[in-house]
Amino acid sequence: MSLSIQPPAAATPATPPRRRNRPKALHFPRRLCKERPLGALGAMICLVLLLTGLFADVIAPEGFNAINPIERLKAPSAEHWLGTDQLGRDVFARIVHGAQLSVIVAFAATTLSIVISALLGILSGYFGGRLDMIIQRLVDGWMCFPDLILLIVAVAVLGPGTWQVILILGLLFGISGSRIVRGAVLSAKQNVYVHAAQSMGASSTRILLKHILPNVMAPLIVLYTTRLAAVILAESGLSFLGLGIPPPEPSWGGMLSLDGRSYMFQAPWLAIAPGIALTVAVFGINMFGDALRDLLDPRMRGGGGRYLARVKRTIGS
Amino acid sequence: MFTETSMATAEAAPRNEPAPTLLRVENLRTVFEKDDGLVHAVNDVSFDVRRGEVLAIVGESGSGKSITAMSLLRLIPSPPGQIIGGQVLFDGQDLLDLSDDAIRQIRGRDISMIFQEPMTSLNPSLRIGRQLAEPLRVHGSVPKGKVRERCLELLRQVRIGDPEKRLDAYPHELSGGMRQRVMIAMGLACLPRLIIADEPTTALDVTVQAQILELLRDITRANQSSMMLITHDLGVVARYADRINVMYAGRIVERGTAHDIFHRPRHPYTVGLMASMPRLDDAIGNRLTPIPGSPPDLSDPPSGCPFHPRCRFAQPRCKQERPPLERLDEEHWKACWVNLDDTH
Amino acid sequence: MGFYVLRRLLALIPTLFIASVIAFTVVRLVPGDVLDLMLSENVYSSGAPEDRAQLEQALGLDKPLYQQYLHWAGNALRGDLGESLWRNTPVTGEIAARLDVTLELGILALLIALLIGLPIGIFAAVRQETLGDHIGRTFSILALAMPNFWLGTLVVILPALWWGWSPPNELVPFFENPVENLKTFLLPSLILGTSLSAVIMRMTRTMMLEVLRQDYIRTAWAKGLRERRVVLMHAVKNAMIPVITLVGILVPILFGGTVIIEQIFRLPGLGQLLLEAVSTRDYPIITGVFLVTGVVVMLVNLLVDLCYGYLDPKVRYDR
Repeated sequence: MSLSIQPPAAATPATPPRRRNRPKALHFPRRLCKERPLGALGAMICLVLLLTGLFADVIAPEGFNAINPIERLKAPSAEHWLGTDQLGRDVFARIVHGAQLSVIVAFAATTLSIVISALLGILSGYFGGRLDMIIQRLVDGWMCFPDLILLIVAVAVLGPGTWQVILILGLLFGISGSRIVRGAVLSAKQNVYVHAAQSMGASSTRILLKHILPNVMAPLIVLYTTRLAAVILAESGLSFLGLGIPPPEPSWGGMLSLDGRSYMFQAPWLAIAPGIALTVAVFGINMFGDALRDLLDPRMRGGGGRYLARVKRTIGS
Repeated sequence: MFTETSMATAEAAPRNEPAPTLLRVENLRTVFEKDDGLVHAVNDVSFDVRRGEVLAIVGESGSGKSITAMSLLRLIPSPPGQIIGGQVLFDGQDLLDLSDDAIRQIRGRDISMIFQEPMTSLNPSLRIGRQLAEPLRVHGSVPKGKVRERCLELLRQVRIGDPEKRLDAYPHELSGGMRQRVMIAMGLACLPRLIIADEPTTALDVTVQAQILELLRDITRANQSSMMLITHDLGVVARYADRINVMYAGRIVERGTAHDIFHRPRHPYTVGLMASMPRLDDAIGNRLTPIPGSPPDLSDPPSGCPFHPRCRFAQPRCKQERPPLERLDEEHWKACWVNLDDTH
Repeated sequence: MGFYVLRRLLALIPTLFIASVIAFTVVRLVPGDVLDLMLSENVYSSGAPEDRAQLEQALGLDKPLYQQYLHWAGNALRGDLGESLWRNTPVTGEIAARLDVTLELGILALLIALLIGLPIGIFAAVRQETLGDHIGRTFSILALAMPNFWLGTLVVILPALWWGWSPPNELVPFFENPVENLKTFLLPSLILGTSLSAVIMRMTRTMMLEVLRQDYIRTAWAKGLRERRVVLMHAVKNAMIPVITLVGILVPILFGGTVIIEQIFRLPGLGQLLLEAVSTRDYPIITGVFLVTGVVVMLVNLLVDLCYGYLDPKVRYDR
């Protein structure tokens, strides 16, 4: 008989008390603004990017591809807010329509990649055994190849083009992301209630839908946002190399590409506007994703600190 | 070595002078900043440690006993922790007023700590010898050439066999009990005047527990040090403590000699603790009764006496006013409105 | 330890096999027949059907796929990756001639990234939620968001515009004139290194925060150690063990970065060879470069695993 009046795991100062579970959907925007102001800024940027993409034709109705040789390489002015390029096309319009392209590619490729990740991850993690072994060795082999090299080779095989880029990016990130999903599935499988459900004779489908999927949702959401940024960066990198979205489509990466390099010396705004657009978009998505991860997965919060307590006497002595 | 208190009232009793005070804590307050507000982990705590005694602080987890112990050396991670009031007088100086440099001189040299998790309290990537020698080196307690010799002596003192070999071992190569012995050796290295042992045996086997505690007591006695024993385990307290502080919700609710606390508990919480603990001297057939409810949320403590929601003697007054810690006799204090006698 | 090394080496075999299958297959996924492509693009072919049969035989494409693979893999193991379609030079030679530029760029960039990322990451963790931490994190967030090809473009264009200065692009072999050689490599590797340092910084900070909340750090403080000693002796060593694995994660990113940076600064490295091959559809070279990058990444990961085993006393003795 033990003399204990408490479980052996005594509280250490670094462990935060368990948070009460509040309905997430209602409190999420408020928590975001209060606890993660940078994340809220990121969410704003994402929203602006999304709206720009949706309403590109309204914001810049004259079109991104209106070639006008007389107006070529004009500096920013009231008429052309961000100047014009070597073909006299309005850079602002191209940036706006570039946002549209980025949004399309990002969402399409990311959605594809998440579907692939989820399928592979759940197959591998849930069913395990030999299937898991085979899938994991394949993923191992695939992940040896550097992302960009794989992309370049894939483009060399499939040829450049918007759909090819979406397909390739989706496949690439889908396979590497399956590891994260598999991990989440494995840990969800450990949970007692899955064993309980199994012993009660629930079907695989039911266990997957009822028990595994809800536990995989949080990592999937986080994965989704981080992949959005990665896809935008990868697409722009490919287009920069002239292997992504072929001209005259207004990809931000393509606008910075080496073909236009010689004009940039005369017209530096050509090099600046698309870069800023890219950086701000990726920054916003990253910030939002970080905040999302912190709020959905509070393990990494708190802790740290020096073991030299500040003494600030507000009362007593 | 129980300090037997006579049943007579304090002013009448001719008794031995208590040993001089080594450390006096007055009105200590420590808080943690959390998302949902301030947590008052230590709330207006005062006590003293006398030379050569074993003083226990007993309470459930979350009662603030560990935080109290760590606040003495300001070993509170900051942020989020902060000490917002009180004094810790040691050798006439207030440890809370010292500079970072000065408090470091005290840590490990004059006051050392032994923590509750022997498994994780040793650095996994450094050899035992290196970690053991560290306090000796930083405080310059032994000349450089003698450090290894002293380390071996310490390991022998905590009865670790084959000390030469253990010095070169990594923590994961040792058992839990062995690691806790190393922790104790580390705490003893500079012959501190006060050893704070925070749940030193919680993570260990019952058989090892007794060995470790006896070792701790013997060595502190031999070194004429004092010891503060932080524990939730009343069995430990009964055998090793001279005086006991019972903590609940960041406050001391009862204090007395071990004899007082065990035979004449005057706070309902202490009474509850006794009832939930198996006793050898009890009539056979007495059932163990756990205290109903759970400890309060310290970011939102109950009004009045923090124990009243769980107290079977609670009166209306307990809800409104918090009882102060009052002296019953020379050594016995309690914070409760209800007058319990031995008949409860 | 010996057993551990052996086990890692054995684990490499299936991965290597799968990677080689991927490298072999991907290029054969070209829509339409590779042969048609080769014939239509081969200036020396007349387009006659007997040419086709001849080429098919010469390339071994008439055999079943697994035999083709075995033939190709067998040659690859002996260091023979075939010949360039256009120049009729051995692919291995082409790659070897370009590998040193990429390796120098990559190693310099990695060093710079570690030099910037590790100290800032450690500092940001130790001073969590202070001004320094916020500055460090802002830097890393910006560096992560800023594509390296934009940074590179700006570094080439803006100084040229303002001061008429452009980075040297004459390549002098390192052993001939190290100073001139480093001058050429300094700027490209600085750009690559800076954007990589953001990743290192973030992960170092996370690992350090994890370590700093461990019980043994509290023990170290309780001994009366100085903060510098707590951090450097007790925290950093434990945080570095996982950070080593970071190098394994970074090398593939580094490869991608070198392709872009080589292009911006016109450095004749592996990336440029690959891009040239893609634009001329020189499939043997594409396959060759593809395989080599995969194998290099694999070997680096093996090295990382071995370092990990060496640094972590548990692995060192248990296995």
